[in-house]
Amino acid sequence: MRRVVVTGIGTVNALAQDVPGTFAAFRQGRTGIGPLGLRDAERLTIRVGAEVRDWDEGRFTPSELSLYDRVTQYAVVAGGEAVAMAGLSGPLGPRAGVILGTAAGGIRTWEDSYRAVFQEGKSRVPPLVVPRLMHNAAASHLSIRHGAAGPVLSVSSACAGANHALGLAMQQIRAGAADVMLAGGAEAMLCFGGVKAWEGLRVLAPDMCRPFSLGRKGMVIGDGAGVLVLEAEEHARARGARVLAELAGFGMCADAGEIVAPDPEGAARAMRAALADAGLRPADVGYVNAHGTGTLLNDRSETLALRAVFGAEAPPVSSTKAMHGHAIGATGALEAIACILALTEGLLPPTLGFLEPDPDCALDVVTGKARPARVEAVLSNAFAFGGLNAVLALRRA
Amino acid sequence: MTERAEIEAAVIEILARQLLLPETEISPEARVEDLGLDSLGKVEAIFALEERFDISVPFNANEPDQPDFDFSSVPSIVAGVERLIAAT
Repeated sequence: MRRVVVTGIGTVNALAQDVPGTFAAFRQGRTGIGPLGLRDAERLTIRVGAEVRDWDEGRFTPSELSLYDRVTQYAVVAGGEAVAMAGLSGPLGPRAGVILGTAAGGIRTWEDSYRAVFQEGKSRVPPLVVPRLMHNAAASHLSIRHGAAGPVLSVSSACAGANHALGLAMQQIRAGAADVMLAGGAEAMLCFGGVKAWEGLRVLAPDMCRPFSLGRKGMVIGDGAGVLVLEAEEHARARGARVLAELAGFGMCADAGEIVAPDPEGAARAMRAALADAGLRPADVGYVNAHGTGTLLNDRSETLALRAVFGAEAPPVSSTKAMHGHAIGATGALEAIACILALTEGLLPPTLGFLEPDPDCALDVVTGKARPARVEAVLSNAFAFGGLNAVLALRRA
Repeated sequence: MTERAEIEAAVIEILARQLLLPETEISPEARVEDLGLDSLGKVEAIFALEERFDISVPFNANEPDQPDFDFSSVPSIVAGVERLIAAT
């Protein structure tokens, strides 16, 4: 079976609009969560989020802007950084593809259009609304910009979108359908309607995300994109590319139970499947980037799952969502990038917002600041609404 | 001012709709836990109360002791709604 390696990463998120800035924030333990600046925020009950601030749309041409919802903008900037880091250029050709996760796609375009016709009484919307809001717009524009003419699609599995995208992209390379895949996720749900929808579920924290901590009050939504360049190992070696890590395993499964409540048994099955796919034993894993949303239910359920898989010797765990927010369909890509930091620099990014240990979350939680630790392999968890579990295993290059 | 009896009737009606029960099976003293309302039913019931009385219920599913709104029984919900109506 062909081994799959990571040769480039790129991101836009609330911490920074590139990888060096994001790594710096992970090292420093800085949060991107703050007051929402979006239009009509004063009519929201929840007014915090991890927004991408000071975004410059001037980098795009007017014709690009008419086609690029914010979710596409984030994806193409993150993808451009990843491709450049990988040292790839020119049309990538039919042996290259793109798979991106997104939950809400071009939701801002939906919102702006509805606002125009329903609220402002206009009788028409801009002509390119359909290609702008379609869920595959971000994946397609990455494909167009880099000439990736192989397997290209978007996946939509709520909070597990990017993990599913990365896992499926890895499988394309393993199966011989492609040599290079750009994979990850993009999300831009921090608009009035997006937050309003989340408010109804009563699971958002009014102040801060505090994963695995006593006193946690829920999740905080984030925006952004993360793209990884995945490559067949022999393809990367042949061109002398720098290998950042190996994407070694992927496990996915469904709870087939509740629509929003997590099931520790399903989460544990996905982790075990990822380990088996990577040929890893639990004891080989030196760090888990948890799903860790900061809700009462997730963190308790994920703890049970981790204890079931790893026993009393569970490795150090952190949730970086208290820094970049829960970026829904993009979050797995941001967290895979956090895992790359752990593997390449021997530094486990911290869980911010932590107040005090919760007896229901008896884990070695990395809190406060990044912890030095040489790790050989890591897991990155994602457990989505709909009962969909997707876990990645990465190994040191 | 909305009468307490009217609020109580609405609370029972809303809970009954979520539980798929006849209203007569929900006593004015009933505890929500005993009725078997799940977490999704709870947020739908709260939404229905907000729409019915034009109030905003401060409720976060992540706070088990529900410091801002006691959703544990029909009387506690009625008292909470009364307080929110009085405050508007």
